[in-house]
Amino acid sequence: MAINILMPALSPTMTEGKLAKWHVKVGDTVTSGQVVCEIETDKATMEVEAVDEGRIGQLVVPEGAEGVKVNAVIAILLEEGEKEVTKVAAAAPAPAAKPAAAPTPAPVSAPKPAPPTPVPAASGDGARLFASPLAKRIAVDKGLDLSRINGSGPGGRIVKADVEAAKPGQSAAAKPAATAQPVFAAPGDTRVPHTPIRKVIARRMLESKQTVPHFYLAVEFEIDALLAARQAINAVTEKRGTKVSVNDMVIKACAKALRDHPECNASWTEDEMIQYGAVDISVAVATDRGLITPIVRNADMKGLAQIAAEMKDLAARAKAGKLKLDEFQGGGFTISNLGMFGIKNFAAIINTPQAMILAVGAGEERVVVRKGQMVVRNMLDCTLAVDHRVVDGALGALFLQTLRAYVEQPAAMLA
Amino acid sequence: MAETSFDIIVVGGGPGGYVAAIRAAQLGLKTAVVEREHMGGICLNWGCIPTKALLRTSEVYGLIKHADAFGLSVKDVSFDAKKIVERSRKVANQLSNGVKGLMKKNKIAVFDGTAKLAGSEGALRKLAVAMNDKSSVTLTAKNVILATGARARQLPGLESDGKLVWSYKEAMVPPAFPKSLLVIGSGAIGIEFASFYRTMGAEVTVCEVLDRILPVEDEEVSAFAKRAFEKQGMKILTGATVSNLKKAANKVTATITAGGKAQEITVDRVISAVGIVGNVEDLGLEGTKVKVEKTHIAIDQWGFTGEPGVYAIGDVAGPPWLAHKAMHEGVLVVEKIAGVKGVHPMKAENIPGCTYCQPQVASIGLTEAAAKAKGLQLKVGKFPFIGNGKAIALGEPEGFIKTIFDAKTGELLGAHMIGAEVTELIQGYSIAKTLETTEAELMATVFPHPTLSEMMHESVLAAYGRTLHI
Repeated sequence: MAINILMPALSPTMTEGKLAKWHVKVGDTVTSGQVVCEIETDKATMEVEAVDEGRIGQLVVPEGAEGVKVNAVIAILLEEGEKEVTKVAAAAPAPAAKPAAAPTPAPVSAPKPAPPTPVPAASGDGARLFASPLAKRIAVDKGLDLSRINGSGPGGRIVKADVEAAKPGQSAAAKPAATAQPVFAAPGDTRVPHTPIRKVIARRMLESKQTVPHFYLAVEFEIDALLAARQAINAVTEKRGTKVSVNDMVIKACAKALRDHPECNASWTEDEMIQYGAVDISVAVATDRGLITPIVRNADMKGLAQIAAEMKDLAARAKAGKLKLDEFQGGGFTISNLGMFGIKNFAAIINTPQAMILAVGAGEERVVVRKGQMVVRNMLDCTLAVDHRVVDGALGALFLQTLRAYVEQPAAMLA
Repeated sequence: MAETSFDIIVVGGGPGGYVAAIRAAQLGLKTAVVEREHMGGICLNWGCIPTKALLRTSEVYGLIKHADAFGLSVKDVSFDAKKIVERSRKVANQLSNGVKGLMKKNKIAVFDGTAKLAGSEGALRKLAVAMNDKSSVTLTAKNVILATGARARQLPGLESDGKLVWSYKEAMVPPAFPKSLLVIGSGAIGIEFASFYRTMGAEVTVCEVLDRILPVEDEEVSAFAKRAFEKQGMKILTGATVSNLKKAANKVTATITAGGKAQEITVDRVISAVGIVGNVEDLGLEGTKVKVEKTHIAIDQWGFTGEPGVYAIGDVAGPPWLAHKAMHEGVLVVEKIAGVKGVHPMKAENIPGCTYCQPQVASIGLTEAAAKAKGLQLKVGKFPFIGNGKAIALGEPEGFIKTIFDAKTGELLGAHMIGAEVTELIQGYSIAKTLETTEAELMATVFPHPTLSEMMHESVLAAYGRTLHI
């Protein structure tokens, strides 16, 4: 199945750029991490690496093309066995769509939008809610969500009449965004109504950023051994139709590390800490409806091939909007990978009520110093965001130390 | 030449009208008031305020008569009716002048005269004003607020004559206090005069057509008040009608029918306090969309009459006949006209009512019977004055505070009080109702000790079986 290579966003504000130079031509075989082209924006020029392996089937955007929209298809990669490009994806300014390269057993797996796009001021959610005591009590009785109710009292206070008028389950008169700084659409701007998933993302991310005390631990893993192991594994599993990605291996490594540190596989509640018995890993997947996090359950007990197969299935169904509720609700830890976009490193927002999220950047060759010598190694940047209520700095660091052992010596995962 | 064109003209300078005018001026509207008699209206000149001055006299007099109970020796207590009335008039005049001062301070034009709607001129309402100095002037305004108030209802055969049969007005300025008095009607006005004259030594009979006195109050309050008044020597006839008044030179003989039996009583004076009627006459309402129902102007929740640019507030616009209701209405109507954001209609169940008899009566919200009639599950608490330290220290052990909650939601549905100073306490529950507190917040509130207000706390606790001091 052909894989689209998309125009990456080099910064959160980038909307288009120039394809300065192709480093590959049709028919070339590329491996993950290989530079395929250079992109130029008003700010910088950057090399874009292949995320997947395959043969270049078509260069959709010619060299020197300007104004190439972010997420437009710039090239098509053929996987082994594919003869030619059967369907040419609409050229250049493709709709901002499926950024994810692959529902395939692809390399570095599904992405998650970086720290949620510039959130327009504060949405009403999470802000202090003004409601009369009586209104609050009636709301509890009726099972109403006060944050979805318009207050008609002084200063927008929610009063009895408002909750009495609202019906359970109804998203009441949608509360106007109590933006600190009102955002108005000027002529030429487009008003895009919120989808349900967008509202959930907005509410949950805001709640997390506002109520969870995040701290961040950044590490750099050497992944040569991991890449070698992956090739060796795939040499075997591919015959059975499964291809293990770097991300699948990161899932497994995290699962093993969590099994070693049950205090990290935990959630904060007001009364006590909940440590989870099972190691369930949520993996952020971008869909054209928005971000969703399907779960690989009991990942510590599963083999890489099984994880890869499950992930492929989950990602495909996530994109098709066909996940079952229990397939994306729950989980004790989240992995978010933006490596395929050439993101070197980033910090993610904790997926509450989980305590940690690992943000995985792009693997790349870097010059590092080993035994006093400059050598070239494949390096991978990861940033762990941690809920300080659950996990202290030292514990978070210990977790990363354990994770490093699994990532850098993948054979340990067999233990 | 004086200005004749305004943003808002208020017809009537009573508590509703002058407050509306001040609020309008605060909002930067060019405002005028037309008042035919006194700024401050009945409330300030012939109602709430002067009667409070009289009742203060009777309260102090009552205390002095019981000086011995406080360890004081006071001999030969007497009073001078003329001085009592003078004081009351002085209080009223002081406040009326105060209102005039407020008009000046807020740059509100005051026209001393009688106004009448006189059609419109484009979008402007025209008002023909017959000035008290016999001149006339035509005023125009974008909006007119009718705040003409009300006057005593005159029942056929019981009309006040100003000499033997008094309305509230004569009752407030008697040349001498009567030795015996028949009060017809036991609403707030009738009961306050009955209480005043009884304390000042008159033989007082109260005649109420309904089956209980203070009929708008909670039944328990009515019953308690009746017992308290009877203990003071007042005679109370309920379910009673006065069918005939025979007037002699300085006496009136009334025929009263109660329980199927007719009896005659002879008294010095009669006070007729059988309700009020709205002042809707000669306002030029004919040919407008303003509707008069049962002597009152019909309005919507924003005081709008249906006639473009014409609003009504206060007593002329319907019950309850209370100055604070009129003031609040005045403010909300003006704010609505001015386009102020977040204006809320008034909620009848959040308007407190006070009667300044001895013992005082105050209430807000639903009576127990009204709450039951709504089919609500109730939690009712009652706490007596006898259980309150401050009440005992004051020598005021009579009365109670009753609270009524919706058992399901904890909403404070009503509060009913009788006893010393309860008119000063009721505002606590007014705030509670406006803020929509439940029993939980009231229970969590710290009430100062020792105060009468502790009973407000205890009553709430009692409703949930948690009262501490009884």
